[in-house]
Amino acid sequence: MTTAVVFDYGFGNVRSMVRALANQGVDTTLTSDYRQALEADGLVVPGVGAFAACMEGLRKVNGDRVIYDRIRAGRPVLGVCVGEQILFERGNEHGANATGVGLIGGSVDPLDADVVPHMGWDTIDAADNSVLLHGVEQERFYFVHSYAAMAVSAADTSKYEIDLSDAPERVSWCDYGRSRFVAAYERGPLFATQFHPEKSGDAGAQLLKNWIALL
Amino acid sequence: MSLAVRVIPCLDVDAGRVVKGVHFENLKDAGDPVELAAEYYRQGADELTFLDVTASSSHRNTMIDVVSRTAEQVFIPMTVGGGVRTPEDVDSLLRCGADKVGVNTAAINDPTLISRVADRFGNQVLVLSVDARREQGEQHTQSGFEVTTMGGRKSTGIDAIWWVKRAEELGAGEILLNSMDADGTQQGFDIEMIQAVRREVKIPIIASGGAGKVEDFPPAIAAGADAVLAASVFHYGIMTIADVKAELRKAGYTVR
Repeated sequence: MTTAVVFDYGFGNVRSMVRALANQGVDTTLTSDYRQALEADGLVVPGVGAFAACMEGLRKVNGDRVIYDRIRAGRPVLGVCVGEQILFERGNEHGANATGVGLIGGSVDPLDADVVPHMGWDTIDAADNSVLLHGVEQERFYFVHSYAAMAVSAADTSKYEIDLSDAPERVSWCDYGRSRFVAAYERGPLFATQFHPEKSGDAGAQLLKNWIALL
Repeated sequence: MSLAVRVIPCLDVDAGRVVKGVHFENLKDAGDPVELAAEYYRQGADELTFLDVTASSSHRNTMIDVVSRTAEQVFIPMTVGGGVRTPEDVDSLLRCGADKVGVNTAAINDPTLISRVADRFGNQVLVLSVDARREQGEQHTQSGFEVTTMGGRKSTGIDAIWWVKRAEELGAGEILLNSMDADGTQQGFDIEMIQAVRREVKIPIIASGGAGKVEDFPPAIAAGADAVLAASVFHYGIMTIADVKAELRKAGYTVR
């Protein structure tokens, strides 16, 4: 049976993610235990709230180390919502410049739109050959966020002894207001979505199924 | 392509049972909020809102059980409101499966509740629920709209437009704007009130109160609402979620 850990570091409606994975037949555990998080077939990093607070919470339980160790070993990680954002190098939220996990190059910045948060079901400009969005490229997914990554650049991950340069980078985008931002990111074992697949009905279930198939 | 207008059924729950009569023949137990929530999920609801109308501490665990069981089978966002007084109340609702929490009277009594919740859980978690009406001359408000409590029976003397602006500053992520004048009339939403709130806040607005026919919904969106909420018209089977979406689509709005 496929196993997954939903990383529990105090941020996010973690129970919905546990239920959504369990619904797909995955043996899912909610924990912040390093060994369990390392050894599970898949690791989901959820997150809601502020970038800096999430990073602080993650570091407190060595969550950043689990992510580095898994990615180095080629073991899949899926970041969701702020769990996606913290994979970038920097977060510029509330004027604060916080350092992220740094596996994706670029920063997380405020959305520029008439109505913020971006809240509700939106379409995605899916990357060619997206694994996550395969079969649901035209579907809508549930977003709720005020910040996002507007660009992706090359990240220097050599200090973590991680090299993803051989893996193709697949970035899917979403347009909202005057912002075009990263909706989903895939590179080797690293996966991330700005939207909430666990709250996106059948389309979200299919995306999770696509990810689970890789585990 | 653009963000879809959200259509949200609201389930008023009293001691674990749905109030306002429910008329769906295919439900085994029409009073069971979990079964009704699952039916709306199948119908294509974009979110669900539960309102705990008794909201006494003795019933708190009943509500938590309802939300928890719904979250087992419903994979769309859920908002839970009614009697939320502290960040601990918010925490317990989020833990059982709620994604957003509605705050109303307790925030009027102590506005710092908004910032305390937003700081701890993020702005997107906090839906400020406002029961507003046109002022009835007892206490003058600048905008002519006032905030009420006790289901519209008691005026607070607070200007509703000032209050939503203040709540946004304090960290509310969304406004659930319920017109106490329109509520229950089925004569349509209070368009002027929606427009007045839209002029003041940048956060999303959910229009509530007054929906009686499908034609009532598009004007609420035209006035600036991002989502529409209704209860009895859905419960009584007067219209389905799909009927509302078809009407919105006909009016040129994007729906899921």
